[in-house]
Amino acid sequence: MAIDAANTTTASQRRAGYRFNLTGWISLIVILTWALIAILAPYVTPHGISDIVDTDYFGPMSRQFPLGTDYLGRDMLSRILFGARYTVGISLAATLIACCIGVTLGMAAAVTGGWFDTALSRFIDALSSIPSKLFALVAVAGVGSSIPVLMLILGIIYTPGSYRFARALAVNVNTADFVTVARIRGEKLSYLIRAEILPNIIGPVLADVGLRFVFIVLLLSGLSFLGLGVQPPEADWGSLVRENIGGLPFGSPAVMAPSFAIASLTIAVNLLIDNLPQKIRDRSE
Amino acid sequence: MNPLVEIRDLKVEATTDAGRRVEIIKGVSFEIAPGEIVALIGESGSGKTTIALTLLGYTRTGCRITGGSVCVDGRDMAALSERERAKVRGVAVSYVPQSAAAAFNPAQRIMDQVIEITRIHDLMPPAEAEAKAVDLFRALSLPSPETIGGRYPHQVSGGQLQRLSAAMALIGDPKVVIFDEPTTALDVTTQIEVLRAFKSVMRQSRMAGVYVSHDLAVVAQIADRIVVLKGGVIQEIGATAQILSAPKHPYTQELLAAFAPPGRIPAQVTSPEGAAPRPVLELTSISAGYGKLQADGTPLILAVDKVSFKLERGRNLGIIGESGCGKSTLARAIAGIIPPSSGTIAFDGKPMAPRAQDRSADELRKLQIVFQSADTALNPAQSIADILGRPLAFFHGLRGVARDTRIDRLLELVHLPRALKHRLPSELSGGQKQRVNLARALAADPGLILCDEITSALDTVVAAAIIELLKDLQRELGLSYLFISHDLTTVQAICDEVAVMYRGVKVEQLPADQVGKAGGHPYARLLMSSVPKLDPSWLDKLERDPELVAAFAKR
Repeated sequence: MAIDAANTTTASQRRAGYRFNLTGWISLIVILTWALIAILAPYVTPHGISDIVDTDYFGPMSRQFPLGTDYLGRDMLSRILFGARYTVGISLAATLIACCIGVTLGMAAAVTGGWFDTALSRFIDALSSIPSKLFALVAVAGVGSSIPVLMLILGIIYTPGSYRFARALAVNVNTADFVTVARIRGEKLSYLIRAEILPNIIGPVLADVGLRFVFIVLLLSGLSFLGLGVQPPEADWGSLVRENIGGLPFGSPAVMAPSFAIASLTIAVNLLIDNLPQKIRDRSE
Repeated sequence: MNPLVEIRDLKVEATTDAGRRVEIIKGVSFEIAPGEIVALIGESGSGKTTIALTLLGYTRTGCRITGGSVCVDGRDMAALSERERAKVRGVAVSYVPQSAAAAFNPAQRIMDQVIEITRIHDLMPPAEAEAKAVDLFRALSLPSPETIGGRYPHQVSGGQLQRLSAAMALIGDPKVVIFDEPTTALDVTTQIEVLRAFKSVMRQSRMAGVYVSHDLAVVAQIADRIVVLKGGVIQEIGATAQILSAPKHPYTQELLAAFAPPGRIPAQVTSPEGAAPRPVLELTSISAGYGKLQADGTPLILAVDKVSFKLERGRNLGIIGESGCGKSTLARAIAGIIPPSSGTIAFDGKPMAPRAQDRSADELRKLQIVFQSADTALNPAQSIADILGRPLAFFHGLRGVARDTRIDRLLELVHLPRALKHRLPSELSGGQKQRVNLARALAADPGLILCDEITSALDTVVAAAIIELLKDLQRELGLSYLFISHDLTTVQAICDEVAVMYRGVKVEQLPADQVGKAGGHPYARLLMSSVPKLDPSWLDKLERDPELVAAFAKR
């Protein structure tokens, strides 16, 4: 008893803080900026995205058009700012679809086990054996490209990875005694998943969500580059690169700018995942 | 004679994640003469392993030696460069780790790993090293010393592996060997063989040793002097006999007192009218195991074989046996986690379904299980209030203020302060966690609690407090316990009757005070005679029937 009492220090002293390094901060700021731009796009664009504002095409950077103009003489800055909406929005929706389905099914499979786990895992394996880009191409070519279709297809493509990841983590937690205790208390599947498993795997799962978001941004940009993504006159960053690929020989900023936008977002998300705030554990005393 | 090891005013600091520096060893000084074995004893967190590791000039990640000196054979390990330390390690000082299983590389043959030190330090040609290793294997009384080196680590038993890791430490003829709790993970019957082997080798080679342990009885057998530590400070240093018979420091006295807990006064709970007492739990020839069911309906690996017993209300039954005897499987079978393949479990006279999923909420509520390791038994992501609140809401439908009041009451029952309920399990000490673990079982308002090795992971003093708590709770709430342990003294402290298990079979069931007495089952006698006593001459005097040992000990 004496030993127990010695360990009793004030609760406030133990409230752990978080440590967040500079790289993490910078990448968080980049991501938040893009998110803000995506939300406020109509208010921050200096010109309409379809307005032909320049007489010249592939115009250089100037005071009036900070990122030059595109192949029709439209303002590049406005198109990129508006493109953020599609790139960030579609990717985010697809990521949420993939991760919600994947993580939920993964945890359910780990907790339930038995034939449910086996059947589901084999089905998911079959799904992930289809090459993702090919699957996307065929599906878009078959159903036609629209924003909801893109979200759904990208979501489905990245569900198996998320499922595998969550299941592997959940299997480990599932063997812990506290899950056994909950189970022989008679708890239902939904409680086991929500209260016992999820809180203990949430850290790695969030990191996985970020990584998956990056993959989806890149695949969406790839699809758009091939002309199967977002359709004109709207354009996400991938389509902007494709539209203006003709400007490459002229060294036009219209090709470079959307590429930099893609790079900045994906690298920032990646860096943020690697530098997530770390909880300061201080259990001495 | 000059001391071989001289530790002067040693200070070790650890840096926490928050960047705060904590002094974990606060100015420790002692010395070791050549050929002397000094034991470092104390509870977990007392700094005993940290001190032992400084002899190698090593500190664990985040720690560093900030003051004082550690002179080993004339060299100050604290001041040497890493390159110079490497030259000393294995040759002047060597180390026997707690878990030999984790210390061996499973992909290499044992011999290659044992003679690795001679290769690194270029001491002798490989053939000579192997011959020397075989001599050491023989000295450590390992079976078939000529060929055992050719095996892989998973092909020998835990006790053998521990002796092999000692051979690994001794091959470079060190002047000091550090034993870091080398027998803690072993069964008592195995522990004796290992202790004997260590003792005879150390005596023959006249090496000095540092023996780190939390078990006074083990230390009594092997050490010449004992250093008692608490919180990084030496409480008492003395010759083994003096520490055991005339401890001066109150903490040492507390340690000794915890070693021999007072026996249990047999329960007086008998039905007054002379009617047959109603058993709270009755097992009839329960079998359980792992793997696929075979044609005859038994599992591939049978861990529990036709075990039957009765446990009456308000009484406690202890189940003891060594690792692998099926005692934990039995608890899991009763709880329905591993459904028994045959036999019936009756609770309060009513038979229960084998699988927990098929039992009624009330049956699940009345039968609670408390696991050994509170670290994995408490959800690290939930606060104590959530952990205790869930069974209250689940079984009793308590909400809001009613639930909070009940949580406070539960914490009070297990002698924990209320303020603790906002903490996470990782912010509690081992003893506190085990109390919360118990409180969660109590939250269900059970009739029977299955205690699966609940004191095994705790320090002696803390474990004794938990046993006291269990007794208090029994008086207050009229519970019954099924108490599973490998440690006879713990079981005797709380149980009315003790069942001894061996290889899945219940070999004997006796009143607690008669276990191990003459006339009992030979295995029970062997088990009881293997429990170390505080008497320093116990190991030398102990004579075991070689036939018995051959028949039952796994060595």
